Amino acid sequence: MAKVSCRKAFSSELLAQARQNPQIWAMATDSRGSVTIGDFFKELPNQSLELGIAEQNAVAVAAGAALMGKNVFVAGPSCFLTARAYEQIKVDVAYNHTNVKIVGVSAGVSYGPLGCTHTSLHDIAGMRALPGLSVFVPADAVQTRFLTRWLTGYEGPAFLRMGRGDVESVYGEEETFQVGRAKLARQGSDVTLAACGECVWQALQAAELLAQRGVSARVLDFFSIKPFDEEAVIRAAEETGAILTVEEHSVCGGLGEQVARTVVENRPVPVKILGFPDSECRVGASADLFRAYGLTGEAIADQALRLLGKGR
Amino acid sequence: METLEHIAFDRRLDVLDMVYRARTGHIGGSMSCMDILCALYYRVMDTEKIKRGEADRDRFLLSKGHCAEALYAVLADRGFFPRERLLSYARFDTALAEHPTRKIPGVEAATGALGHGLSLAVGMAAAARRDGSPAHIYVLMGDGEQDEGSVWEAAMAAGKYGLENLTAIVDRNRLQISGNTEQVMPLSPLAARYRDFGWEAVECSGHNSEELVRALRLRSPQKPVAVIANTVKGYGSELMENKAEWHHLVPDEEQYACIRAQLEQRRGAVSRG
Ligand SMILES: [Mg+2]
Repeated sequence: MAKVSCRKAFSSELLAQARQNPQIWAMATDSRGSVTIGDFFKELPNQSLELGIAEQNAVAVAAGAALMGKNVFVAGPSCFLTARAYEQIKVDVAYNHTNVKIVGVSAGVSYGPLGCTHTSLHDIAGMRALPGLSVFVPADAVQTRFLTRWLTGYEGPAFLRMGRGDVESVYGEEETFQVGRAKLARQGSDVTLAACGECVWQALQAAELLAQRGVSARVLDFFSIKPFDEEAVIRAAEETGAILTVEEHSVCGGLGEQVARTVVENRPVPVKILGFPDSECRVGASADLFRAYGLTGEAIADQALRLLGKGR
Repeated sequence: METLEHIAFDRRLDVLDMVYRARTGHIGGSMSCMDILCALYYRVMDTEKIKRGEADRDRFLLSKGHCAEALYAVLADRGFFPRERLLSYARFDTALAEHPTRKIPGVEAATGALGHGLSLAVGMAAAARRDGSPAHIYVLMGDGEQDEGSVWEAAMAAGKYGLENLTAIVDRNRLQISGNTEQVMPLSPLAARYRDFGWEAVECSGHNSEELVRALRLRSPQKPVAVIANTVKGYGSELMENKAEWHHLVPDEEQYACIRAQLEQRRGAVSRG
């Protein structure tokens, strides 16, 4: 299947939904190009608002429109949207429980060559800490389309986080998902690989390599970071006895710590958290950084073997 | 006949009681913005329509949310909720926190992190206009609040989109928590700055009801309106007037009696309509 970026899947699905529903609005922060949402603005000018390079204002304007009955998707690079406008997301979106969807694109290390001004390795942690805000991190275009469609029908605040580049297809077009439930991407019994976003595909590659070594790895896709599927984690702990988490995010406050807390509080088993360390991120293309920080299929498989005491 | 200014003094007495009882609050700014709130809630806006929650009701946002007690006193008197609820101001688990929330009848949005209200109002005004709604959006900001960069992001957007259904009021009492606004971070000429951003801007006395009502009813084709309301922080009590420390001081028993007497005396001096 041809590779598609999540942002294009998002923008085309949003446009399709907005054509049917005039209450769906899009707002941009001089980010129409980076979000690939220019067609929406051209076709539905009365449902879109360009607010310039001013994320704080954009998020609160979105909340204001939402208070008048709109379902507003405010979209821009996650590094700016979730950091510059953090207080607006906390107060105007989450606390006021407005019908605003914060759509952060080019998250993680999508902008790796641009340096750490443009990394967005904090956003899952920051958004998770806000009561009332749902947090979703899709793995591929199919899941992005599902979540976009779901969010157009959901009344409440949410954060949708995705990368920039074309991504491998994890799911077929007919795949179904349930918000609040981890997606079982591969069944297994010896170890669980818990991942989100583009790391789901890497985890599946790792599971394939592990199978060749006689290790049966379960792959759980936590696209729904909040609401979070604690049951799936507890079941994985009980049934596979060890959990490795993988995310394109800081090891501080992301999926890994959420999984670890669930495990420690309910069913203690060995857990290893893979992600970006708490230090300045190196500069480079996304694929180079995934290699450098051990987030490729091979590196994940190695870590899984080590976790099982079978490491080299 | 009782004038708006009499009513505003009555509400200031309510505020004094709330702050004195709760041992907390922002009394100085509540006193300075009271005439503005009364002009809006007793003259300019259709409060019955607001109570009915009609889609095309006018909206008011208290961007300087720390003066919630002033808004609560007005909302209670206008029948949005029983006056007895004012007793719960700032109490444990109350809906009437020191900053307003949507749990309170008549409150459109939780506010008080400064520099958010104008942006919310821009979103509301843009939506109302596209819906063909007659709703007018009013937002009240502090002058110290003008330091926030987000205010000017919102001012730019309101100018760009020509939001003629938006009125921003600045409670220009020239004081903020650390002292004189012009020393903390100069704002003058404030009206000119709004004009530069594509707004109609007028100055008026923030304690003269006639002037206030006229300014609040001002409309300008394709332009949002800024009303710079010149006010006195702590208005109505010489003990508090123009003293920065009364931003959030709580009166002791003796001060309470003094402020009450001064407010009553000033109320008595207002000429009848
Ligand atoms: Mg002031």
